[in-house]
Amino acid sequence: MAVPWTLRDLEYWDGRIREKVAEFGLNCYPQEFELCDHTQMLSLMAYSGMPSHYPHWSYGKSFERQKTLYDHGVSGLPYEMVINSSPCIAYLMRQNSLALQILTMAHVYGHNDFFANNFTFNHTRAELVVETFKNQANRVRAYTADPSIGIDKVEAILDAAHALSMQCRRNPAIHKRDATEQKQAAMAGPPNDPFKSVHKRPVAQTPDLNRVPLEPEEDVLLFIRDHASNMPGWQKDLLTIVHDQMQYFLPQIETKIMNEGWACYWHRTIMNSLELPSEIHMEFLVRHNQVVRPIPNDINPYHLGLKMWDDIVRRHDEPSFDEIEEMQQSPQAVSRPSGREAIFHIREVDRDVSFLRRFLTRKLMHEMDMIEMEPEGDDLIVSRVSDEDNWKEIKRTLIAYTGMGSTPVIRIIDSDHGGNRTLLLRHEYDGRELLLEYAERTLRYVQQLWGRRVVLQTVLDDKEVAFSWDGSDFEQA
Amino acid sequence: MSTIFRDYSSSDALQSDRSSGDRLRHRQKVRDAIRDNIADIVAEQAIIGRSRDTIVKVPLRGIKEYRFVFGNNDARAGQGKGDSQPGQRVGKVPQPGDEPGDGEAGDQPGVDYYETDITLEELIDLMFEDLELPDLERKALRETISHAATKRKGYRKVGVRVQLDKRRTALARVKRKMVLDHPEQEEGEAGEEQAMPETAGEPTGGFVPVRGRFPFVKNDMRFRRRAEDTDYDSNAVVICMMDTSGSMDQQKKYLARSFFFLLYQFVRTRYEHVELVFIAHDAEAHEVSEDDFFHKGESGGTLISTAYARALEIIDQRYHPALWNVYAFHCSDGDNMPGDNPRAVKLASELCEVCNLFGYGEIKPSGYFRDQDAMLGVFKALKAENFQAIRIGDKSDVWSSFRNFLTRDKAGLTTVT
Repeated sequence: MAVPWTLRDLEYWDGRIREKVAEFGLNCYPQEFELCDHTQMLSLMAYSGMPSHYPHWSYGKSFERQKTLYDHGVSGLPYEMVINSSPCIAYLMRQNSLALQILTMAHVYGHNDFFANNFTFNHTRAELVVETFKNQANRVRAYTADPSIGIDKVEAILDAAHALSMQCRRNPAIHKRDATEQKQAAMAGPPNDPFKSVHKRPVAQTPDLNRVPLEPEEDVLLFIRDHASNMPGWQKDLLTIVHDQMQYFLPQIETKIMNEGWACYWHRTIMNSLELPSEIHMEFLVRHNQVVRPIPNDINPYHLGLKMWDDIVRRHDEPSFDEIEEMQQSPQAVSRPSGREAIFHIREVDRDVSFLRRFLTRKLMHEMDMIEMEPEGDDLIVSRVSDEDNWKEIKRTLIAYTGMGSTPVIRIIDSDHGGNRTLLLRHEYDGRELLLEYAERTLRYVQQLWGRRVVLQTVLDDKEVAFSWDGSDFEQA
Repeated sequence: MSTIFRDYSSSDALQSDRSSGDRLRHRQKVRDAIRDNIADIVAEQAIIGRSRDTIVKVPLRGIKEYRFVFGNNDARAGQGKGDSQPGQRVGKVPQPGDEPGDGEAGDQPGVDYYETDITLEELIDLMFEDLELPDLERKALRETISHAATKRKGYRKVGVRVQLDKRRTALARVKRKMVLDHPEQEEGEAGEEQAMPETAGEPTGGFVPVRGRFPFVKNDMRFRRRAEDTDYDSNAVVICMMDTSGSMDQQKKYLARSFFFLLYQFVRTRYEHVELVFIAHDAEAHEVSEDDFFHKGESGGTLISTAYARALEIIDQRYHPALWNVYAFHCSDGDNMPGDNPRAVKLASELCEVCNLFGYGEIKPSGYFRDQDAMLGVFKALKAENFQAIRIGDKSDVWSSFRNFLTRDKAGLTTVT
């Protein structure tokens, strides 16, 4: 069935795709493609596509799981595996047909452009990524090989660090105040209120400048690294490594829908403009539809993202009557950009949460039959459909679970709680409860790193509760 | 700037199994988790009497990757099939911690295994890894040839073609060449000619030496030598004795069977050849087939001594202690006829003399009177190092009793507690 192909064919099609990429104005990093077989692809998946990565058993587990799923035909392998680096590295599976390779390459250029231009990726230092990961891998291997440390100790720290790696700041673009700035802010008192005369005068409070941290701290690993007593250097380094890697992956988590939608939008646009031979074009259509079809009861980021980009373009180029009216009321009505201009701008300045908030319209939600589901016993029951009364609610639910939204926010409140160096953490309750078994286990990891009692405040059944773990006893207060 | 394509290279692919170390580490974790849960597995799994290739599912705790996550009681958004109505049932609630996996790793906590598949064989190996038979000495007389094969043992200059060692042959040729070249470096040709006559009658027959070539000669040939290799190993027999009197119901039999199963599997891991003897007894004892042993209906009174007598008889006839390692185990609910007790103890002590290990398991499922006249008390009179008496209450006891059975006397010998 598949058309036999050679590296020459790939180079030819890559040239054609690059012409289109330039013509459409995509602004990419240099691109590298590497051919691999399916075992290599499984390995790459386990290590997030990184050419080198520190070892940890969880990646072996991930490999085994992917392999089991693949061997039993439950899931296929991804067509594309691309990493945010400069040059941008992507992998092509040699077993795939030519049509699939062309499709993948076009798709990869979409991702490449997104990595290079979206603001959330600014801090990832794409040109150093491969070296950074390699350097981190070497450090971890050195600790493992060190006879005074060894694999068991390294693993224990990594296990704990992995459990807490998602407990970090969600938006690196927002400046984080250091201790001095926090102190200044605390001493400055409340901001000047222009409506002092009508507002009730606030009760003056003396800030407690001795508390560490002054402001609730979200970077749990970094805080423990900097404030735990007697933590050896290699442990601090491991925490830093895990934190830095999460910072690198954060933008990909935060822009999954935009990024995949963007890549799909461009692979479709490029493929349609390439004047492909008909059999390749047919296969492309089949594959494309497999990738962007909706998944029942779930969100397919490829599908949702593509739908939204299409909708934005349509609203700018061929707005409906209502939309014209709506737009004329908005302040930007004077200079209305074309669809292309608009999406290039949006791919630079938005992330999934703001993207959904700004551009997921009621009409689109209705068209896609967005629903909200609630569990009832073992069954999922549709609780809301996208009608006049409910679409905003559904959108809120969707945004709540988008990107890092699916990870609870845990903040460090005090590192000397009760005056005995107890670490006090607070779960910022937003109506969603923690899964208790997991919270308990994760709290043990916090304690393991911190070395003294840790307390976690959260809300269960609308009541405030605190769990405490001191290494031997688990208490609920 | 043009795109770089790196072609597939199969040698890279062979070398690049980079996840192997992490996979190994993960497997170790899985094994540890299994070992920690063996007592539960033995109690819960119907592994008894299964073939060794059977795959059992083992629940795993301890290799989950915990994080702070939300419970699954909250509403989630998703896409319907196009005509969703409120109240419609659309699916099942996902498992906790279970996130939809996708291509880009690193952004989702992975799905945790809840159980793993393992063959019974592996499970048994794991179970017995740290157990030792108390009396596992190899006596010269008991050794029999268990395994005869050949193994490599050096090299020689003659042999059959398939055993030709090309590397050594080539080395021998190089050596010969160096020897010949060295003394008269100026006259390399002369050296070559010297070598030539040797080639005359070689299998390479008809070979006409060409200048600059230095052919192999028969003396260069090196063949791998293979020698007979014999392993000696011991034989063992497991004598299973069970009370099949009226008071032994199905549940008690199941417990006894679990215990025999463990014992048999364990002895099997330590000896090459293991034979089984089944003796069922009520008021008299018979040697029976395995099937009858476990499934025969129960009836009659109990005379334990008959079973011991029968066992001694069988050992005497077929399994002489000089040639066989004998392991005997007897399961009963302890309801012996009181008048039989002295004879039972006497025969038991005789059994201890011929057996490596003799055990008595009293099966007392909860709900039975603890103080009921039981053999456990009677056997206290028996003072033999290789005798063990244990009590099995319910199925969760089987594994711990079994461990005690194999380890208690060692502990008793080494430490005074």
